[in-house]
Parts: sequence; structure tokens; C-alpha cells
Amino acid sequence: MASRFKPISPFCGILVAAFAVALILGAMLAVALRAEAGRGIGPAEWAAIKFTVLQASLSAIASVILAIPVARALARRRFPGRRILIALLGAPFILPAIVAVFGLLEVFGRTGWVNSGLSLLGLPPLHIYGLHGVVVAHVFFNMPLATRLILQGWQQVPGERFRMAAQLGIDGMAMVRLIEIPMLVKVVPGTLAVVFAICMTSFAVALILGGGPRATTVELAIYQAFRFDFDLGRAAMLSAIQMALTIAAAGFALGLVRGDSFGTGLGRSLQRWDGAKPVSRILDGTWVALAAFFLLLPISAIMASGLPALTEMPHEVWRSAVVSIAVAVASAILLLGMALPMSLAIAAGRSGFLELAGLMGLAVSPLVIGTGLFIMIVQFANPLRLALPVTALVNALTVLPFALRILVPETREIIQGQGRLAMSLDMDGPAFLRLVHLPRIRAQIGFAAGLSMALSIGDLGVIALFADSETATLPLTMYRLMGAYRMESAAGAALLLLALSFGLFWIMDRGGRWHAEA
Amino acid sequence: MRYLVFVAGLMRATLAWAETPELTVYTYDSFVSDWGPGPQVEKAFEAQCGCDLKLAGVEDGAALLARIKLEGSAGDADVMLGIDTNLMAAARDTGLFAEHGLSPELDLPVSWDDDMFLPYDWGYFAFVYNADQKAPGSIRELAESDATIIIQDPRSSTPGLGLLLWVKAAYGDMAESIWEELSDNIVTVTRGWSEAYGLFLEGEADMVLSYTTSPAYHLIAEEDAGKAAAEFSEGHYMQVEVAAKLKSADQPELADRFLEFMLSEEFQSVIPTTNWMYPAVAPKGGLPAGFETLIKPSRAILMSPEEALASRDAALDEWLRALSQ
Repeated sequence: MASRFKPISPFCGILVAAFAVALILGAMLAVALRAEAGRGIGPAEWAAIKFTVLQASLSAIASVILAIPVARALARRRFPGRRILIALLGAPFILPAIVAVFGLLEVFGRTGWVNSGLSLLGLPPLHIYGLHGVVVAHVFFNMPLATRLILQGWQQVPGERFRMAAQLGIDGMAMVRLIEIPMLVKVVPGTLAVVFAICMTSFAVALILGGGPRATTVELAIYQAFRFDFDLGRAAMLSAIQMALTIAAAGFALGLVRGDSFGTGLGRSLQRWDGAKPVSRILDGTWVALAAFFLLLPISAIMASGLPALTEMPHEVWRSAVVSIAVAVASAILLLGMALPMSLAIAAGRSGFLELAGLMGLAVSPLVIGTGLFIMIVQFANPLRLALPVTALVNALTVLPFALRILVPETREIIQGQGRLAMSLDMDGPAFLRLVHLPRIRAQIGFAAGLSMALSIGDLGVIALFADSETATLPLTMYRLMGAYRMESAAGAALLLLALSFGLFWIMDRGGRWHAEA
Repeated sequence: MRYLVFVAGLMRATLAWAETPELTVYTYDSFVSDWGPGPQVEKAFEAQCGCDLKLAGVEDGAALLARIKLEGSAGDADVMLGIDTNLMAAARDTGLFAEHGLSPELDLPVSWDDDMFLPYDWGYFAFVYNADQKAPGSIRELAESDATIIIQDPRSSTPGLGLLLWVKAAYGDMAESIWEELSDNIVTVTRGWSEAYGLFLEGEADMVLSYTTSPAYHLIAEEDAGKAAAEFSEGHYMQVEVAAKLKSADQPELADRFLEFMLSEEFQSVIPTTNWMYPAVAPKGGLPAGFETLIKPSRAILMSPEEALASRDAALDEWLRALSQ
């Protein structure tokens, strides 16, 4: 390939990435410069770093190992309700952590459904608190994302490959060896990296299940440095360590990605002939049923406890819901403005710096970036007035790595598959974008936009640093309700939050794949 | 023409609005919510001050002080309302706060003569449990029992810090061994009060660290007499919440008026059933019905602000050692 086709110069993407990096590093620097002499990093912080790496590794591995068979089953089976199931399986990921943890406890807690069942059978109760509890919570949050990302890998195998395999009588282990393992080798490292990064920055709420100060993550230690000692130097230092660890691990995982593309097909709808034996049918069915059971039971628990309060919710809840939707829409627009140019630049071959730039948004502590922006803003404006734009921007930065994981593989395929043809037709950049790229990538755009809206709706994030009474978002209002003993109203707000984040995700995701195969 | 009149009227209204002085009070989140004291306080103060009272909410007491420190004297805040005595020494050290110059009559179980910080409400920390169960009678009894408890992390929560100082004040050098004995009672340690209380209501533990006034919420707002606070023979650590004026206030006279108003009947009578704490000045009509059912600890424990600041780091190290084993 002497003249590789570059439909759009990577300049735009590099510029956006440089902006994101400058913003994140600038915020960290602002915090570090504002610091007075602190006590530095002590044994408690080292313990937190060790625990964070341990739980993030275990959680990432467990999430991905469990996601593979589920994604495989979903990739090769067609059954009624499959699409709805796939969408519903995404729900835990977009839930605010506190809501999800209370849902999990309704099922696995001391007086939860599982323990009630066990005691009926005369069995000893299950104890969820401990490292295993943290891993269970993280698997609950992240397995759906891992499943979606891996499922996408399966869907990128062109239908022609499976047609060919069926004609050659390839099934069972041969299929695994020839198609599935090469595909997984491409997809799994990136998925591991993303889940690891999410668990690295895990905050206090999942740690409820950790049972004590042993289960302190770096993110919580940063929060404590702010709160207990007002030690900004230590907070900035911990944030830098957290970012370095995340990026090193992610860089390592992404460096493992090898293997050639499967080539391009004609984009026909996918049909599968393999795995028709009863044993593999039963196996697939079991995996899907188990995943549905594990992921949907806590969701139903949230719905059950929220429904009674839904009709008599305070006015403030509805007002904050509107604020949250506005923030979510803004953050989705900001996100696409960053992710589309960056994904094009990555697909055009500038992957290293851009991929890492994308990951930084996830690897940086939201508390540190929020505080850094606050310190910068307070010099020239009232931060209260900028609370919502800043929240939208930080949310967009946080979702950037997911959006890149979603957009990059397909963009790469489009450029590899269609680039030469477009070049031979003398198509210029904008025409290529309009006629080839955007129509083909709209499913991914919808998914990414939906994900960013959903995560933004559920995110407590930096708004707590900036909010006044008029700019409270729905998660903040839910916390306020909990802080005022109103657990029932809070459960209602949680259900509204679930419905909103899921509804927005569904609309965007569906909208993107209108007239397309899921 | 009519249009012009309308525009002129609008402009005059805008000008009038711009001339109304604005008093900015930074406080914690739960104070400003619709069901907190905020809305009633705002209405009552605006009716007498001819000003616009702006209440800005920041997470909680510790975050509030951090915010004031971050903004320094460049910030908008005229008054800070909502830290407790455990943070007072750190707040005083910032040099950002001014003296209040008042000498009010207060109804606190302890004496008060601080020249910078004025208390507006107070309460006792306590373990809350379901009234149909048996409760231990002291911290030591709790540690020896097999009752399960949920507590908050002292590094991120004011009740968590309160318990840390409670045990330290009651047991001194023995505190670490008390924490070691307590460690098998602790189901989990949460970041803040809300998560802990929520877990307790979900039935995750027998008791939760909260306030002696918590059962009053359930009794008055939910007509549920099923919650009680356990009285401990060591005495109960207190939380006193305070406010102060900033030196950099744009509206120093309004800030003074607000601090005076804060100790008046109108403000104080709102506190019991919105903040669920005891008012710093007892309302003329007494406390709302239901408060008489609460336990009244015979011994109030409260470290002085300086003592609290001096002992918290060593106490935290003991706590971490005992609970990390």
C-alpha cells in the first residue's frame, strides 16, 4: 500500500486529542500548584494502590471471562426478545453505582432474596462483604459492557466467512481455532483495558461491599486527601499514580492487539450455520439465562422498591431530571465532537498517542479534574454559573475511551475496505465522510451517544463540587433525599434515573441501527 | 407604544433587581434541598432583610471548608454555615473568618464562648437500632456482643470522625484495643452517612452510627415508632454545627444580620423537623411533639476544637491498624 488512503487528514483528531490532554494535565497541574506542604504518600496510600490494582485486575479478568461465552451465545443464536435482552443487559453499566449496589444488596444482602431462599432450605447465609463483594459488584457493572464490546467483535466477522465455513463443513473446534480465537485476540485486550481502567477509578460506592478500610481504592484515597487533610499535593500525586498505572496497563493490553483484519464482506445480514448441535444449544441457552438472571434480578429489585414512591415524588426530583437530561445531551454532543475526529485519525494510522489521550479521560480522577477546573475558573468567573457546562465536559471526557473503542474498529474497517475504491473515484474527504463513513458508522455513533447520555445521567461526578440549589442533577437530588432520611423517595428517584438513562440509551442506540442488523 | 412601556417597565424591574443586595451563604447540600431548612430560612430572612439570600450547597461540612479554602478571599461567600467543632480549629487557621461580636444565650449541654463561630444546632451521635431488638449499654458491651454495625469512614464523614473521637475520648490509650474488638462487629464502613443509614434500613446490620434524634424522623415524618437510639454508659459524643462570617464578605452588615437571625426564633424553630437536630436556642413553644421520646444522654462528650485537631491523626492511625488486620 504505497499511498494509503486517508479520507480525512488526521490533523483535526490530533488537535482535539491535544486539547483533551492539555485540559486534563492542566487541571492536575492547577491542583498540584495550589498545594501547600502535605505529608506525602504514606502506608495507607500504598495499601490503597495495591488493593486498587488487585481488585481492578480480578474484576477485569472475571468480567471478560464471563462475557466471552455470553457474547458467543448471543452472537450465534437468534431468538425472540434477543434485541431487548441485549439492550437490557446493558442496564447495569449505565446505572449510578449507588443504585446498582442497593439493587445487588436486595438480591445478595443479609436479608436479600438469595439469603431468604438459603434460610428456607436451612443453609447458612451468603456473606457478600469483602474483596469478593467488590469483584461481584464490578462484574455486575462491567460484564455488560464487556459483552457488548466482544459481541461487536463477533459481528465484525463478515457473514461471508461464516457462509464459507458452513460450505466447508467447519464447526466446533475448527471454527473456534480459525475464526473465533483470532477475533478474540483482537477484541479482548482492548476490552480488558477498558474494564481495568473503570475499576481502577472505582469510587466509594462499590467499596461499600469491601467491608472496611482495607477496601480503599486510590480514588477514595484522593477524596480523603481532599476532605480529611485538604492535602492537594497528595491528591494530585495519587491522581498521577492512578493515571500512570491505568495507562501503562492499557498500553500493554493494546500493544498485544495483533492479527490481520478479516477483510470486508458485502455488509449483508449475518447468518450462522454453526453450533447447531443440541449440546451447544443448551450450553448457549444456559449462559444467556445465567447472565440474564445475574444482571436482571438486581434491576428488578430496584424497580420493585422504586415503584411505590414514583407517584409522589417531590417537585425537586422532576426539576433535577430536566437538568440532568440537558447535561446528558450536551455531553453527548461534546463527546461526538471529540470522538469522531479522533477515531478517524486513529484509523488513519495515528493510534498510539490518540488511544492513550482517549484513555486519560477515564484514568484521571473526576475529583481532581473537577477541582483543577474549579481552581482555574475561579480566577475569572463564578464557578457556580459554569457548573453545568463543566459537568457536561468532564462527563464527555470520561466516556471518550468507550466511544473510541466503539468507533475505532468499524472506522478502521471502513477505511480499509472502502478507501481504495473511494480514492479511485477521486472522492474528497467531506464526500467520503458524507457518503461512505457516516452512513456506515451510524450504529456505532448511536451506541456511543446513547452510552454517553446514559452515563452522564447517572453520574454524580463533578456536579457535587459546583452545585447550587437550582443546578442540582438527578443523582445529586437522590443523594440529598437519602441524606434527609427519605430513602423511599430516593428509591423512586433511583427508578426514574434508571428509566431515564435506559430510555435515552435505547433511543440513541435504536436510532443508530434503524433498518440495520443488531 | 405599549411595547415601549413594557420594555421600560422591564428595565426598571431589572435595575431594581440588580440593586437588591445579595447575601451568599455557603452551606452543605442537605441544608438547601426542598425538604431541608433552606427554603423556609430563605423566605423568613428575605422578608426582613430587603435582600436576596442565596444559599449555595456543597456536599457536606468537610467539602464546604475545602471549597472556602480553594476560593480563598476571591470567593463569593459572605457566610459559611455548616461545619462542626471538629473542623473549627482548621477553619480558624485559614485566617479567612471574622469575629461575630455577639454574646447570645444558648441552650447547649456544653458552655460556648467562641468569638468567631456561632452554633446553630447540635446533636448526640448514637447507634440506632430496631426498637424490637435488644441493644448493648456501652461501647464496650457492643464490642463484646455479636451485634452487627455499620459505621462511616472518619476520613470522609463527620459522624465517622465523631465516633473516632468518641472512642478516643472515652477510652484514651485503650481506644485501639476497643477498635480491635469492634472490628468483628463491623459489617462495612461507608463513605458517608447516607449510604450507611440506607444499608441499615435495608436490613444489612443490627445497628448504624447516626444521631439520638434519628428516631424522631421516623416517628414524626413516618409515624413509625420502630427505631430507637442506644444509650451508652460512657456518654455520647456531641456534634455542634456552627456558622461564621468571612472577612472577605461583600455584604458584612447583611452577614451580621444573618448570624443574628440564625439564632432567632424563626430560624431555630425550623431546625428540629428539617435538619433533625436540636436547635441551639430552645424555641419558645418547646420542641415538636415526639422529641420528648428521645433518649437524653446523661453525659455529653465534646473535645475542644484544638484537642480534636490534635488527636485525630493518632486516633486515625489506631483505627486503620485495628481495622486493617
